[in-house]
Amino acid sequence: MGNPMKIRARAEGDVVEVKVLMSHIMETGQRKNQAGEPIPAHFIQTVNATCNGRSVLSAQWGPAVSANPFLSFKFKGGQKGEKVTVTWTDSKGDSRSDETVIN
Amino acid sequence: MEKSRREFLRSSGGLLGLLLAAGFLRPEEVAADEWNKAAFETKRLEDLVKVLGGNTAQESAEVAIVAPDIAENGAVVPVGVVSKLDKTSSIAILVEKNPNVLAATFVIPQGTLPEVQTRVKMAQTSNVFALVKADGRFYYAAKEIKITLGGCGG
Repeated sequence: MGNPMKIRARAEGDVVEVKVLMSHIMETGQRKNQAGEPIPAHFIQTVNATCNGRSVLSAQWGPAVSANPFLSFKFKGGQKGEKVTVTWTDSKGDSRSDETVIN
Repeated sequence: MEKSRREFLRSSGGLLGLLLAAGFLRPEEVAADEWNKAAFETKRLEDLVKVLGGNTAQESAEVAIVAPDIAENGAVVPVGVVSKLDKTSSIAILVEKNPNVLAATFVIPQGTLPEVQTRVKMAQTSNVFALVKADGRFYYAAKEIKITLGGCGG
């Protein structure tokens, strides 16, 4: 489930800029613990963003995306007051969805 | 202390239930697109282009990488990609000298601008590639980013 994402969506003219900060360990699977055993990979694999049910971005990530990932993108056709929803799913099948209102 | 933790757990459990009830966590939405394992296991730009269904990628000045020349911390390197190519449908970010080159891919639906920003890990100083699919063809741009502290515990 993870901790909530921080999402900001701001309309400027006809373009909405979305900034997302997710809370995730993004473990690569390449590191070893102090006993020398590999630490299993655990990272966000897919991210989907929608505005009023319409897809505005989808992404697939590997373990090379930094821990607590940041994502920013822009789309047209969003109005102030509409909802932007972001959903991620990680390599263990865990997922989380958060939303914000465009302002 | 213990009580507040319990309360927190209870309230977060309630939030999950709410999200489920409100339909935010529909299983079909979560499994909308399957993770492209083969693409994330490639070691070279050319191999990735083939996995994604293309033949070759052409270097293009219409693709720009927005990133620092020198990054102090390889664990958190800000990388943005801006494409000025018509009909840009997807953007990928690659780090040449990482164990697997592909860091992230983005599908750009109609109405979304072909520019994305994220942060990636870099094991060492390396070329970063932006691979863009536009009108069915692949284009790329390259930029070297120097790392003074590696992203893998170095």
